[in-house]
Amino acid sequence: MRIAIVDESATRATIIEEGLAQIPDCEIFVLTERHGLLSRIEEIGPDIVLIDLGNPSRDVLEEYFAVSRVLARPIAMFVDESDDDAIAASIDAGVSAYVVDGLAAHRIRPLLDLAIKRFHAFARLQSDLAEAKGKLAERETIDKAKRILMQGKGVSEPEAYAELRRKAMSSNRRIAEIAEAVVTAHELMGGGE
Amino acid sequence: MTEPLTIGFLPLVDACLPILAHEHGFAEEEGLALTFQRDVSWATVLDRLLYGHTDAAHLIAPLAIATTLGRGRPAQPLAAPFVLGLNGNAITLTPELAAKVAEPGGLGDPVAVGAALAEEARARKAAGKRLHLGVVHRYSSHNYMLRYWLAASGIRPDDDVEIVTVAPPFVADAMETGEIDGACVGEPWNSAAVARGVGVIVLATAQIWRRGVEKVLAFRAPVLEARRPAAEALIRALRKAGSHFVDPANWETNAAILARPEYVNADPALILGAISDRLVLVQGAEPVDYPDFMFQHREAANFPWVSQAEWLYTQLVRWDHLAFSPEDAAAAARVFRPDVYRSALTGTGDLLPGASSKVEGSLARPTAVTAQQGSMILANNTFFDGRSFDPDDIEGYIESFG
Repeated sequence: MRIAIVDESATRATIIEEGLAQIPDCEIFVLTERHGLLSRIEEIGPDIVLIDLGNPSRDVLEEYFAVSRVLARPIAMFVDESDDDAIAASIDAGVSAYVVDGLAAHRIRPLLDLAIKRFHAFARLQSDLAEAKGKLAERETIDKAKRILMQGKGVSEPEAYAELRRKAMSSNRRIAEIAEAVVTAHELMGGGE
Repeated sequence: MTEPLTIGFLPLVDACLPILAHEHGFAEEEGLALTFQRDVSWATVLDRLLYGHTDAAHLIAPLAIATTLGRGRPAQPLAAPFVLGLNGNAITLTPELAAKVAEPGGLGDPVAVGAALAEEARARKAAGKRLHLGVVHRYSSHNYMLRYWLAASGIRPDDDVEIVTVAPPFVADAMETGEIDGACVGEPWNSAAVARGVGVIVLATAQIWRRGVEKVLAFRAPVLEARRPAAEALIRALRKAGSHFVDPANWETNAAILARPEYVNADPALILGAISDRLVLVQGAEPVDYPDFMFQHREAANFPWVSQAEWLYTQLVRWDHLAFSPEDAAAAARVFRPDVYRSALTGTGDLLPGASSKVEGSLARPTAVTAQQGSMILANNTFFDGRSFDPDDIEGYIESFG
């Protein structure tokens, strides 16, 4: 079975590719370039095409499939009505699948399930990354607030931190929020950097 | 308590009414809390509507008909109780091609440009390098408007040229790389090609059909029934947004809102050009005024005329090479829901047409027609080739194209 993964995010494409590699007798092709997409698809002659919902080439690809329906190997949207749940799950995960007509459902389902899992895994990875980035930004804000207190009140770094922490505890807020308030107030008072 | 409603859209200027209904508080006044789902392909806008990620969507009108008739996927009935606008698209050619077939700097005469293009298309075909023209989707008004014009100009769209699908934001790229020689696309993507010097606007689609139906607000038919009060509240909010949108005093503000990254994500100056009907046709030139380039509000522009849905059906039959089917024609007609539009606006003082269908393309000058109370004026709505479409004879109209 020849599977084409169309995804402008090379990272996500790799994650999906790894997942699908478990399926026996599969040949996987990853297409990350928008330019020349259709001629690549034509060369590959895939049995299944997976594409993420955010890909701007989806309409271009669907048009190609619409035209291909009159050709020797018609490709249909994966919408055998009996599989509507599977499609709903794939749309929720952010992926759509197109399959060569006549490919047996029992071969498609496990593949689609794996793709969906991998899409979810990627989404989790991204939210972890966003969280990590948020933490980093918080750390920077806290450092900035400490410097403001050190300069403004002539205290040491541990004292500045202790002060932020005391205020956070007494007002039932997070240290990062107090630090943010200190930085904002400082900027408003004309002390911006 | 406000009722939440999620609306899917593609980054185009004519997604303006729902966005402005939200931004200016018209939706909230009607008890609605709108959220938006921005996507970059019509396939995804449609999938999200069909699988319930969105409650309603900004959709190319022919796609609502095609989805209802099950073209390319199992049939799912859609319902459009509101037309988001008429026209607003243009035909942009590469500077080389424009110089051959038009007089760059002005909007051409569609008959003359069509005749010159036919000559060029034949020459290119004979040389084995057919002209490539881009449209945004097979089931788009862009495709139907372009094909209507080409065919009436003696160009067979499926033989003499090649019509390909290009995503709107990449039209300028595709013209620059020579992938396409021209395109029919919505704003701001014509103007973006002009600004980069890779395209010249030669025609507005309003010159092909003066009052051509463009995007609709689409619901899944069962969702429209289940959420009827919210849908009607949205229609009222959209009419208020339309009245704000067409007031010149608000153009700059609205262009700045629409330009934001979460909406169209484009240069506000280009968006301002489209909404004020003033387009720069050639890089560096002064803008040209073309009244009603976009038509979002006056003359009950948002009224879903059943005859518009039926006209779209005739073009679907024509270009998908289908046989006329009375059942399909009736199903297509039912997609447009003037009953819902009327029910939403009765008692608001808004002008409501007395009829639900009209002979499209029959008015050569402003004409008074019956409204539910008194009368209203409809302006010229002609097709450039002088044909008109009588919805009482759909089959005859289709046959007339041969």
